[in-house]
Amino acid sequence: MRTYLLKRFLLMFPTLFGAAALIFLLIRVIPGDVAELRLAGDSSSVSEEMLAQERARFGLDRPVWEQFATWLWGAVRLDFGQSMWTGAPIYEEVKLRFALSMQVAIMATAVAVVLAIPLGVVAALKQDTWVDYVVRVFSIAGLATPSFWLGIVFILGLLIVFKWLPPMVYTPFWVNPWQNMLQLVWPALAVGYRYSAVATRMTRSAMLEVLREDYIRTARSKGLVEKLVLSRHALKNAMLPVMTVVGIEFAFLLGGLVVTEQVFNLNGLGLLFVQAVAHRDYTLIQALVLIVAGFFILVNFAMDILYAWLDPRIRFR
Amino acid sequence: MSTIARSLVLLLATAVAFAGLAGPAAAQNKPRYGGELVFAVPSQPPSYDGHQEETFGLIHPVAPHYNTLLRVDPFDKTGTKPAGDLAESWVIAKDGMMYTFKLRKGVKFHDGSEMTSRDVKASFDKIIFPPQGMKSSRKASYQAVEVVEAPDPHTIRFRLKWPESSFLLNLSSPWNFIYKADILAKDMRWYEKNVMGTGPFRFVEHVKGSHWVGKKNPDYWDKGKPYLDGYRALFISSSSAQVAAVRGERAHIQFRGFTPADRDSLVQALGPKITVQESPWDCVLMVALHHEKKPFDDKRFRRALTLALDRYEASKNLSKIAIVRDVAGIQVPGTPWATPPEELAKLAGYSRDVNASRAEARRLLKEMGIPEGFAFTFKNRGIPQPYEPIGIWLIDQWRQIGLTVKQEIVEASAYHPMLKRGDFEAAMDFACGFIVEPDLDLHRFATGSDANYGKHKDTVIDDLFRKQARAIDPDERRKTLRALEKRLIDEEVHVLYTLQWHRIIPHSSKVKGWTITPSHYLNNQLDTVWLSE
Repeated sequence: MRTYLLKRFLLMFPTLFGAAALIFLLIRVIPGDVAELRLAGDSSSVSEEMLAQERARFGLDRPVWEQFATWLWGAVRLDFGQSMWTGAPIYEEVKLRFALSMQVAIMATAVAVVLAIPLGVVAALKQDTWVDYVVRVFSIAGLATPSFWLGIVFILGLLIVFKWLPPMVYTPFWVNPWQNMLQLVWPALAVGYRYSAVATRMTRSAMLEVLREDYIRTARSKGLVEKLVLSRHALKNAMLPVMTVVGIEFAFLLGGLVVTEQVFNLNGLGLLFVQAVAHRDYTLIQALVLIVAGFFILVNFAMDILYAWLDPRIRFR
Repeated sequence: MSTIARSLVLLLATAVAFAGLAGPAAAQNKPRYGGELVFAVPSQPPSYDGHQEETFGLIHPVAPHYNTLLRVDPFDKTGTKPAGDLAESWVIAKDGMMYTFKLRKGVKFHDGSEMTSRDVKASFDKIIFPPQGMKSSRKASYQAVEVVEAPDPHTIRFRLKWPESSFLLNLSSPWNFIYKADILAKDMRWYEKNVMGTGPFRFVEHVKGSHWVGKKNPDYWDKGKPYLDGYRALFISSSSAQVAAVRGERAHIQFRGFTPADRDSLVQALGPKITVQESPWDCVLMVALHHEKKPFDDKRFRRALTLALDRYEASKNLSKIAIVRDVAGIQVPGTPWATPPEELAKLAGYSRDVNASRAEARRLLKEMGIPEGFAFTFKNRGIPQPYEPIGIWLIDQWRQIGLTVKQEIVEASAYHPMLKRGDFEAAMDFACGFIVEPDLDLHRFATGSDANYGKHKDTVIDDLFRKQARAIDPDERRKTLRALEKRLIDEEVHVLYTLQWHRIIPHSSKVKGWTITPSHYLNNQLDTVWLSE
């Protein structure tokens, strides 16, 4: 088990390096740079002299390998530098947005799990009955409904019916929990519904598969109470693929709420990412990719540990 | 009741009614103190230094903290009348080579220190003569300035190398914030990350990507102002979220502009709670034609392209779906140097008889040996408003003279490099000004200019541009501008003007004391703004 986890841990570093190198090169291939965009404003006119001066200020006149080495050395020391667009330290740009996106991701995951697991289990247990059909329609509708569309429906519904809009400025939970929830519950519901649809289907099919396993038949034939068979044997094992889906979706949400954040005007990481790309803010894009990639890798690592805990066969591999 | 008595009663009743109406109306027009103005800003400030930046994302939240030497009269709808801000009065030398300004006394920075000519000089030196490595976005606009002098604490003087007719208006630029000399002397970059001016509002906080807050400056030099207790700028990038914010009364106004559809939906939803102000906009889309590529090197082809356009019909139709409206020449309609409609109609592509224009266009193409269905690519910027509708309209118009045009959309951030590389045959070019003034709008058409993307070389244009810039007499300047216009878009057709942008500001009816101008960079100090409730 220890060797297995150590291997998985060490693999995280080359993966991170690969992501960093790839994004560093890719964003430099896209035409346009931050100097041009900063200088142009709403007009297409930019003088060559100012452009050269601005590029030199950002170090963009230096060879690419040198820029990469400087940035990587900073990243290793957890110093991501400053945003090329605002000049603010990356840490400052990211901290509030990270908290917001993380909270929405956690709330959406909670919505998804609370809905998906009971619904998926019930659907599996009542296979091919009206209950199953209702759950399947619910989850197919969720898969087919984009979160941003649901978000717009929420916004318009609240506006037209109740003449009310969620607050436009983010209030952290620790400052005013009520205000915070008023703002974030809607995006969490919009995103959580779609997310729950994926997890419901996964729970249902995993449960169906597990319920047909020999060890379930054995447990039942030993005379074990049905409740225990389901909770101790079936559900625990069915949770393996469900956890994978929940983990991946959760990690994805951290940087993947772009459109939903636009709809609800949430100042989150997704929106920051889009703005960074639009501004060709190289340092910020690189830092965000590393943060999101790092988060993905960490969630995967956590999933591996969870897997090992849920399935002893993995522990002894 | 006799006729006389009835008449007297009627007269009395009318007088009472008028008195009744006049009462509340007068009360409504009297500024009310208090309240926080909330406005949406679609962009964000890169830094806080107005001398370095180009975006309204800075002007809208930051301008209320500062004063400028001159400003544009906040109640002038043309946005072209200079008014004193920190300058109380000024004198222009007869030869137009020296401008002397008397500064207001008793003006204090937000830190309590007194503002003097030393601060004004330091600010303009930073703008006009920035030290090595320091960016100044408007340095090029002040090439005529020889030196800025501060002969006494309340006098500031600009000596010019040559007379410049636009100088006073150029000094009214909303970007020319007056900074404190002592701070600049210590750190020229201090204002990139800090705010400290003499303006009507003091800085409270900026939460990046979220909001900006300012509160009333109780020691403001213009006694009785500002009226607001403060303001809050919400950074909202999505246009639907901006509209929702105004509709849901979470924001009073968005100062850049909304589309006709947004205006109509807000008016429908809010009725009298919304007030709409509209104006021509000092922004225009043009078509750059690459003069070094065939057949765009032939002025007959370029002329055919402009003759194909029915600008008047487009004005009627496109103004319903896009932020464009007026048919204009090289200046914004309704402003001092704009072309009168009867003169405009004499230019190629501006005739009311579009059939005759298109017949002439076909004749020119035939004369050149251009076959029916001749194809070329038109590159357009990947921004919905108003780029996409204008692009589609252009292609349809050119089709009507037998040309087949393919539109290629280039992502907005990659667009300027493409223009600069000259990687196009015909491409959408764009310009937005901070003040309607020929010097600022037309310098791009000079030979060798950084924004002369079509790469035309025309010494006649260069001479006319210089001549109008130095003309002291307005009539002479107007005549020169008409000659430049005729050369640029009629005789040589170096570039095609499409339609003038149209600025639409639907705002809460509670917002008073704010007047729309043709530039979204102007009139953002908020000192005259008040809330009726």
